[in-house]
Amino acid sequence: MTTATNTRTVQVHRVYIQAPAQRVWDALLSPEWTDRYGYGGFVQSDLQPGSPFVHTAGSGMQEHGVTGPVVDGEVVESDPPRRFVQTWRMLMDDALKAEGFTRLTYELVETGGVTRLTLIHDVTDAPQTAWLTSGESDAQPDAGGGGWPWVLSDLKSLLETGTAFSRAG
Amino acid sequence: MVTYFPGVAENGDDDKVFKALADPTRRLLLDLLFARDGRTLTDLESGQAMTRFGVMKHLRVLEEAGLVVTRRQGREKLHFLNAVPIRLIHDRWIDKYTERQVSALADLKRHLEDET
Repeated sequence: MTTATNTRTVQVHRVYIQAPAQRVWDALLSPEWTDRYGYGGFVQSDLQPGSPFVHTAGSGMQEHGVTGPVVDGEVVESDPPRRFVQTWRMLMDDALKAEGFTRLTYELVETGGVTRLTLIHDVTDAPQTAWLTSGESDAQPDAGGGGWPWVLSDLKSLLETGTAFSRAG
Repeated sequence: MVTYFPGVAENGDDDKVFKALADPTRRLLLDLLFARDGRTLTDLESGQAMTRFGVMKHLRVLEEAGLVVTRRQGREKLHFLNAVPIRLIHDRWIDKYTERQVSALADLKRHLEDET
């Protein structure tokens, strides 16, 4: 699968997590949590509409020589713990940065202690970003990993068992 | 474990995903969504030797397994591929066994090298 044949412009990823919505919200958006699963890193934002949103490199990335901001953007909507919308741009290399801002939405619905988390990533006109976040790059070692599906299943593992599988062992 | 979202696979219950993937038509529908996401029923049924009702039925099985997520856009209902359940199965099942194989080979190598 090459980027040329990928015409997806909106990605929808959904996972059910046995945790209250507020915990899922915190795990997605607070720096105390965001380095503990997935690619790690620290969210730095006051989460108010119009405020900047920066995701800085976490402990794992720093070991690989990545430092400073890896994602930047702006908060568009914030309705804790139900809905969060932001612009989102990867800064790891110039080609990704040049694709510009994409739009990322989290929707959380809690019923009976289980939270349905839906991540909607509008990656229109950002084919390289789309390729990385879709997890299609996972088939190639060191080409970006499992994208959102990997991040969300790792988040589920962390919240339900106390340990993210990516950090286990 | 109990789920309170109707029609959705229980937490940690992989049966619905395996069953959904066990049918060639459903795998084809997933491939179609992989090639291009956010499609309508009309779009998905065109070019298929199957009735609209048949495609609907298969899409419902995929949706109940969490492999397809639908969202309304205006008057249209769009279908999206959701790879997360496959990822969860991968992490739960595939990783476990491939890791074991790799470590078994590593053990064998150590064993053989020690003998020499």
